[in-house]
Amino acid sequence: MTPGSPTDERRSIRGATLRRAGLLVAGAVFVLWAVATLTFFAIRLIPGDPAQAILGGPGSQASQEALDQVRRDYGLDQPLIAQYFAMLGRLLTGDLGVSYALKLPVADLLGAQLGGTLLLAALALMLAWILALGLAIWSTGRGRVASALGEGVEITAAALPHFWLAAVLIAVFSVGLGWLPPVATGTLAGFVLPVVTLAVPLAGFLAQVMRESLLDAMQQPFVVSARARGESALGVRARHTIRHASLPAISLSGWALGWLLSGAVVVETIFAMPGLGRTLLQAVTLRDIPVVTGVVLLVALVYVLMTVLTDLAARIADPRLRQEAGR
Amino acid sequence: MNTEEAPVLDVSRLRVAFDGIEVVHGVDLTISPGECVAIVGESGSGKSVTARALLGLAGAHSQATAERLHIDGLDLRAAGEREWRAVRGRRAGLILQDALGSLDPLRTVGREIDDPLRIHLRLSAAERSARVLELLADVGMPDPAFAVGRRSGELSGGLRQRALIAAAIALDPPLLIADEPTTALDVTVQARILALLDEIRGRGTGVLLISHDLAVVSRMADRILVMREGRIIEQGPTRTVLESPQEDYTKALIAAVPAQSPRGARLSMTPEQPAIIATTAVPTPPAAASAAEAAPLLELAHLTKTFAVPGGRFTAVDDVSLSLRRGETLGLVGESGSGKTTVARLALALTAPDRGTVRFDGGQWSELAERDRRPKRHRIGAIYQDPLASFDPRWKVGRLIADAANGAATNGAARPDAARPVVAELLEQVGLAASVADRRPLTLSGGQRQRVAIARALAASPELLICDEPVSALDVTIQAQILDLLDELQRQRGLALLFISHDLGVVAHMADRVAVMQAGRVVESGAADEVFARPEHPYTARLVADSPRLPR
Repeated sequence: MTPGSPTDERRSIRGATLRRAGLLVAGAVFVLWAVATLTFFAIRLIPGDPAQAILGGPGSQASQEALDQVRRDYGLDQPLIAQYFAMLGRLLTGDLGVSYALKLPVADLLGAQLGGTLLLAALALMLAWILALGLAIWSTGRGRVASALGEGVEITAAALPHFWLAAVLIAVFSVGLGWLPPVATGTLAGFVLPVVTLAVPLAGFLAQVMRESLLDAMQQPFVVSARARGESALGVRARHTIRHASLPAISLSGWALGWLLSGAVVVETIFAMPGLGRTLLQAVTLRDIPVVTGVVLLVALVYVLMTVLTDLAARIADPRLRQEAGR
Repeated sequence: MNTEEAPVLDVSRLRVAFDGIEVVHGVDLTISPGECVAIVGESGSGKSVTARALLGLAGAHSQATAERLHIDGLDLRAAGEREWRAVRGRRAGLILQDALGSLDPLRTVGREIDDPLRIHLRLSAAERSARVLELLADVGMPDPAFAVGRRSGELSGGLRQRALIAAAIALDPPLLIADEPTTALDVTVQARILALLDEIRGRGTGVLLISHDLAVVSRMADRILVMREGRIIEQGPTRTVLESPQEDYTKALIAAVPAQSPRGARLSMTPEQPAIIATTAVPTPPAAASAAEAAPLLELAHLTKTFAVPGGRFTAVDDVSLSLRRGETLGLVGESGSGKTTVARLALALTAPDRGTVRFDGGQWSELAERDRRPKRHRIGAIYQDPLASFDPRWKVGRLIADAANGAATNGAARPDAARPVVAELLEQVGLAASVADRRPLTLSGGQRQRVAIARALAASPELLICDEPVSALDVTIQAQILDLLDELQRQRGLALLFISHDLGVVAHMADRVAVMQAGRVVESGAADEVFARPEHPYTARLVADSPRLPR
């Protein structure tokens, strides 16, 4: 059916892959531009004067002269559209500006916080995957009771709000049992409760998806053929069905990481952890516009990167997608 | 039967129940080395459940018991999972229908074939991969080194089936169970797969062949067991069963094979309509005879259609010219990928030809603007292989048909109540009770769904009905009923049929004229009995030779 030599075919598939990569980059640039624009204008809707914020907030009683000076220094006396293009120009050169409150370059500030938050989110994503796979595998193929129980656990877990879960975990494991610290101490033990708080609701979501596709995969005829070759029930799962069950969860992981980053705002605040989430919350409270813009852009960038990565991971896990790239 | 050698399969009083409801009621079965035994029956007769129970794979909620269950001399009545696993793949191999789903789409064919070697033998990875290549060559895979790295989705149906067979015979098990091994395949591919199975049988493997198709089974089975509702109702050597069947059910199965019966003869042995049998023994429909000199209803002239594929364009239809008169049936045969369905889509003006024209009832058709064509669309109806896919699953049958009837009416008044008598009449015409109108398609059987699809196609009173593989997914006896129904409707309404099928037997039975397609071209056409009796093109000759039929 397919004309041309294998080389031709390979070349055309490579061409398609390059086109796809080009599209992804263009898409990423568009998303970042849109996020920067939306943030720039949305932040003007927060009541209050940026010049006041720069001079230490509404309580500082800065003089009119000082305010005028600051407005001139920061270009705040320019028309809005000019300020917008000035910001885009700075962004293009990689300059995120200087924090109003801390008077530090935003890039340095975020660079110091990014690692902790990414580690938190990555650990939570991993734990969520392990919990979800375990729950999905345990609750399928062993009767109605296990299946109903699994379903109940998934829905409950997915519905748990972070702040409530965090409070309960602290009450039980820190106050009650005294096993783990209630605030992040920078040690491994301090990481446990925040990671669990973030991972459990996500595990509930992922397990629902995985169980559905696991059940679907277990109905497929290839499971019967595999068992007819002498494969054990465990072997069928390890070599066949888990892979099928993981496909939709892989695609969801890009979304999940973004969801974890927004969850980090709550969790970092509750556990008093340094990180992007807490920085964002403080910056919004202080109307520290450059920091807010910087955090939002960074999260958008991570989101875009994760989408590309999950897309790649899905292609590795599901060879059928690679084939379709040529069509 | 060879009584000197110990049988590879020896089963007596096999019973299988699901949640306490027995579906297989005491089946006895023995197979000697090198013998092929076939179980024939319709879907739901319990033949597949029997096959799986023989490997302890009937399912999680099943209970299988037997007075005797020996595979290769091993008593498996009390076998646990561990004992079963030692038997599966090593002493008995299983080949399922639909190799697309029976091979894991995420794994390469090589790894699937490697599985039994890895599970049962202690070989090094290099020894195993050498053996996998050997096996692929054994089953006639054209390029084993290439195929080993392919996944099932990248291979054709025939090659997939070969890979599946390679996995089943990897350890040369003395018993091979093949459950509908050729059902989804084209005739020529089917013939090659059957030849391969026959070759494996020739090496001394006992084969249990399971099929709904007597014609397929008659090619290689030494003995036939006819199964119905979980019981073996008749059995014996193949020739005896086919030539002097004792049970009515067996006779019905034999009569339902369309290639055996001339055009116009009834295939199904439904006793409820005896009056029609007398009127239907007419060899050609009268409408066709009177319209012989009339202008064609549908005229395809020099149609060409190409599709973009990586690295160029694929020509699906290449300079095809066909014509069809009122009341006539034109059969279009060819293997999958030969362009039959594209021709159907061109005739329906669902896709535009690159070159050539379609004319309908003397006027323009393919060249019309869609706005001008839409009011005339109701004059051409269509039915497909899988009617379920063309139904909105949430709609009841009544609404499905009423919608089609309303779509044809110019006022388009969508009042379901007003349509009720029309729906009831259409359902009656296709042999369904009026109460079916209140059911959803999912709750109907395959044959009933196809009847609903026909009723829906008729709702708009078409003059031409395009049937694209309308019976390919149905059991032989149901297939016979649907073919009879189409025949009858054609006579009543003077319908023209464009009948597309890969099954020569079906086309030979239905068509006045046939056109044979290969790789997008019509290689031969003419009167149906002429073409099939004296094929001129080598491709037609091969199709005819490969087409399964009962020995006469």
